[in-house]
Amino acid sequence: MQMIFLFKQLIKIVKKMSKLKLIIKREFTAKVRNKSFIVMTFLSPLLMVGIGFLVFFLSKKNNEKVKNIVYVDHSGFFSKEDFKDRKTVKYEDYSSLTIDEAKKKVQDDGFYGMIYIPKQDSLELIASSVEFYSASSPGVGTIESIEKKIENRLRKKKLGTLGIDLQDLKSSEFNASIKLNNFSGEKSSKMSSWIKIGAGAISGYFLMMFVIIYGTSVMRSVIEEKTSRIIEVIVSSVKPFQLMLGKIIGNASAGLLQFFIWGIIIFILSTVASSVFGVDLVEAQTSKLGPEQLEALKQSASESEQLFRELQKLPFGLMFVLFIFYFLGGYFLYSSVFAAVGAAVDNETDTQQFMLPIMLPLILGVYIGFATVINDPHGPISTIFSIIPLTSPIVMLMRVPFGVPWYEIAISMALLLISFVFMVWFAAKIYRVGILMYGKKPTYKDLYKWLKYKG
Amino acid sequence: MGNLLEINNVVKTYRDFTALNNVSIHIPKGSVFGLLGPNGAGKTSLIRIINQITMADSGSIILDGEELNPKHIQDIGYMPEERGLYKSMKVGEQAMYLAQLKGLSKKEAKDRLHYWFEKFDILAWWNKKIEELSKGMAQKVQFIVTVMHQPKLLIFDEPFSGFDPINAQLIAKEILQLRDEGATIIFSTHRMESVEEMCDDIALIDKSNKILEGNLEDIKRQFRTHTFQIGLETAKAKEVEAKLKERFDVSPADFKLLNEGLKLNVKLKNGSSANELLSFLTSQGQVQHFVELVPDANDIFIQAVNKNS
Repeated sequence: MQMIFLFKQLIKIVKKMSKLKLIIKREFTAKVRNKSFIVMTFLSPLLMVGIGFLVFFLSKKNNEKVKNIVYVDHSGFFSKEDFKDRKTVKYEDYSSLTIDEAKKKVQDDGFYGMIYIPKQDSLELIASSVEFYSASSPGVGTIESIEKKIENRLRKKKLGTLGIDLQDLKSSEFNASIKLNNFSGEKSSKMSSWIKIGAGAISGYFLMMFVIIYGTSVMRSVIEEKTSRIIEVIVSSVKPFQLMLGKIIGNASAGLLQFFIWGIIIFILSTVASSVFGVDLVEAQTSKLGPEQLEALKQSASESEQLFRELQKLPFGLMFVLFIFYFLGGYFLYSSVFAAVGAAVDNETDTQQFMLPIMLPLILGVYIGFATVINDPHGPISTIFSIIPLTSPIVMLMRVPFGVPWYEIAISMALLLISFVFMVWFAAKIYRVGILMYGKKPTYKDLYKWLKYKG
Repeated sequence: MGNLLEINNVVKTYRDFTALNNVSIHIPKGSVFGLLGPNGAGKTSLIRIINQITMADSGSIILDGEELNPKHIQDIGYMPEERGLYKSMKVGEQAMYLAQLKGLSKKEAKDRLHYWFEKFDILAWWNKKIEELSKGMAQKVQFIVTVMHQPKLLIFDEPFSGFDPINAQLIAKEILQLRDEGATIIFSTHRMESVEEMCDDIALIDKSNKILEGNLEDIKRQFRTHTFQIGLETAKAKEVEAKLKERFDVSPADFKLLNEGLKLNVKLKNGSSANELLSFLTSQGQVQHFVELVPDANDIFIQAVNKNS
């Protein structure tokens, strides 16, 4: 008897599952066959890689342009030795001319700009009275490099008057490099911190993008069912909750497929492009880094073996598991709200009033991630927001590579799970009532009323 | 024959509004049952409860001897008033999807759909998208997906709205044929001429209450006023009218007669019969017209609703 009962229950569950499977399949194919989806899938990686290379080439071309700068030194301290020609900047000495003559000549001959160093009584005064003339305001980089040249020469002069040899001074400079250890004796370096930040930032940002793109697509699909008026036919065959779940899963599957294809295309394109154009993306990026970071890179290059060991020590297994958990948790949490919003309104323009409360925690999560987690991964703000459910998927993902105590992860996961269940329940209630309501733009008060409806 | 659907004391409230107030309706097996009522009376609420889209606050619903439960989804076919299909989905695919949601296997769904598509001669649309079809064409597809899983109970909410007369006729014929094959049909409408044409039984809902229920013929008999419309060719019209007034309630009537003559509505008084009236008339002249004014569904609807308010 009991066996038969169990068997019947099993059949029931399988039947329900098969309907859910049908819905997921339909949502998936509807999304994937959509023309804009196909266009987006194949065009956006092209665009992304294309724009990347365009920016790279333009900035390279820009750097190749030679700037001709004139210097007029009336202090007598500077020489061609200070203003050495470089690949992109060439200097000419007009110190024999007066400032007015020089200005005229510079303008007539179309120079980029002119440095004027007046005669002053002290080095300090010179430092504060150098002027630069140009037709249009020069770039910050140009000015900084000129300032550095002047500072260098003045320092040498000062040291000379103080009777200090430059070599002695150099030998008195030290470069401290702190090796980071934790109490269990594991070593790490600044470089691995960068990697941790990178890994955390990419996953957090990825999650936000995914939630926004595919959450909105869930919402649209709900609205479409309302406007095409098929909804009542469907809900006479399946439970609204099943329909909502099917939509969320179906859209997520389409989204994952899209991201997967993007990944492959971008990988192929950048490999092809870099071999064809001879552009090394890594080089392209390092060339943008400041000298300090370059220094750090060089150091780490010599320590590449250690870095590799450190990388291996990163909690990849945990990171992967948590990424999946927070990714799914965050996506389901948000997309069920998107579904509820879609159900509440008749058309997309009416969604505006409900969008802000959804977007706010997402943006807050990313903002907190970038602003505080990077500087202080275990500070109070990072900790709190990695536990609050609406921001935790993003913030916690950013914190995880730095090592988070297990109990914090446990609390955060438990809260996310609880609020996920609550939110799906809440969204399903609004969804169930909303899909059959037409013609009225709902207010928050209406939504509250719908929550109280029975059955 | 027993009842396919028994609705007992169903109450449904939406916070401050009562949509259904203790409504009981019994729908005989194998009948076309007209669920009538003005807009906003509670018809759609009741239909949604039968379809398990929403739940009643209290009361019970028995379908074919069993308390209504999720398993019954495949026993019911529902064509809502607000209907539509996925616009960018192909006709065949869409029908297959909806059929499978109703619990048909892939093969069953395909066989049934082919049967219906051939019957309506629309197999050529199989790979077209809904948005490429005209409204009437889409309605045909909608009808097919409502009936294809051969449910015991079919619910049509305003089935003829949006159909041209030819297609409406076709659908009406199909509905009656489905009834003859054993299906029970709930037919919700406020177009009374189609009620007259199709329904065996009716229930009238007004302001959340059921105010009338039963066999259409029986109800007509209830609402009968024993009024006859007569046309008489006679030279002494005034005299006849005066004599009639002595024995019956008489009011002027307006209808077309071939030859001009006396035209009146005559209501029998207690104790008098139609034969008495007729024999009196034949003694007074040539009877051209003698018809009992039987109330049609429209009259009943208006009378009952007016009485209720």
